Amino acid sequence: MTRDIHASAITDAVKKLCMEANYALEPDMLRAFDRALTTERSPAGRQVLEILKENAQLARTKLIPYCQDTGFVVCFVELGQDVHVTGGLLGDAINDGVRQGYTEGYLRASIVRSPFDRVNTGDNTPAVVHLDLVPGATLKILIMAKGGGCENRSKYKMLTPAEGIEGVKDWILECIKTAGPDACPPLIAGVGVGGTFEQAARISKKALFRELGTPNPDPTLDALEREVLERANRLGIGPQGYGGDTTALGIHVLTYPCHITSLPVAVTIECHAHRHKEVTL
Amino acid sequence: MITIAADGIKDITPPLTDADVESLKAGDRVRITGVIYTARDAAHGRLYPLMEAGQPLPFDVRGQIVYYTGPSPARPGDVVGSIGPTTGSRMDKYTPKLLELGLKGTMGKGHRGEAVKRALAQYKGVYFGAIGGAGAVLSRFVTKVEIVAYEDLGTEAIRRIAVERFPAIVVNDCHGGDLYLEGMTQYAR
Repeated sequence: MTRDIHASAITDAVKKLCMEANYALEPDMLRAFDRALTTERSPAGRQVLEILKENAQLARTKLIPYCQDTGFVVCFVELGQDVHVTGGLLGDAINDGVRQGYTEGYLRASIVRSPFDRVNTGDNTPAVVHLDLVPGATLKILIMAKGGGCENRSKYKMLTPAEGIEGVKDWILECIKTAGPDACPPLIAGVGVGGTFEQAARISKKALFRELGTPNPDPTLDALEREVLERANRLGIGPQGYGGDTTALGIHVLTYPCHITSLPVAVTIECHAHRHKEVTL
Repeated sequence: MITIAADGIKDITPPLTDADVESLKAGDRVRITGVIYTARDAAHGRLYPLMEAGQPLPFDVRGQIVYYTGPSPARPGDVVGSIGPTTGSRMDKYTPKLLELGLKGTMGKGHRGEAVKRALAQYKGVYFGAIGGAGAVLSRFVTKVEIVAYEDLGTEAIRRIAVERFPAIVVNDCHGGDLYLEGMTQYAR
């Protein structure tokens, strides 16, 4: 039994997600700021955290983006195999939603049509779309409006199997350290381990959708995340890099099976302006 | 002009002199009042060939502060949208030349390269940090916005903005002080 979902419903959903992601910082982030305020020793760091809370409140109330970088829309679509999209193409429906959300929502157009001629497309399209086919008759859309400054500090490394889990931990820390003040700490690291070159990068983004402060369901990965987070917060970088105990708010790891020769590790650096929302149609 | 307020915060109004810049130290909290200019990647890309050719720039940079930002569009009735800083190091290629021409301050977030730090010492300049990701709060300190040049660049156009007690912190001073380095050293465990 297939279920029809009209393209216009997808467009409407994406438009709404784009606006909400930019105006309303998720509650898990606000809770993370509050947790950090209980441990942060640096006065400058504490002040930054307080201002970020005030900033989130103001943005939510005034319906303005909490950061002027309103991001590159990365859209993970989990399409039920029994869903039939009618009235248009899925990709077009998503881009129409982005276009409407950004122009009607007073969000910044940050995308250029070519990496070389660098002419702004004017409406923040196109989105980057990752499609997964899943069982069932629902369509789940997860969007992240990914900031450019932190994305520029994302990194990739092909480790060897011999380097193992300790090598992975060291590499994540290295990425956080080199990102430093440039990536608007306190930051979140989305980590993809395993798969192929592109798969590790892809799951490093997907990992960021997990609610901050929740444990990784895999005990080995959970221990890895906790250890790396603790070590990251001993680096001293602190909020905005002004020095302090709150450099990272979370380390989120996803893994995928990999080749006998390989241990790929991708680290997506995400700033505290963690713009993401999801909906199921 | 720089005055020190009762709360210890330094009130700054451009244009800045060499002596003003010399009085600033990494870690100083400041409030900027007056006119500053916005420019980021694309605008700097257009200024660069003009500077190389010795041609005049769209505004007189002497004594001024350039804020690295690309604001989001203003809602009707608002002066500006969200207006926080972008990463300063992407402007490193252009900054020493602007400092040589008399620019006194730049404001953004994140590390600057060694060539910029040397130029801050040589030409008496200062790099301020504004809080990244706090663009909604920072918009409240902006009272007027007008486009000076390159309107076709959209958010990346050069804008002259009036600010009132805009909060920032000195990251790199002209004496070699570096807040990021000092802060990290102090809190690393």
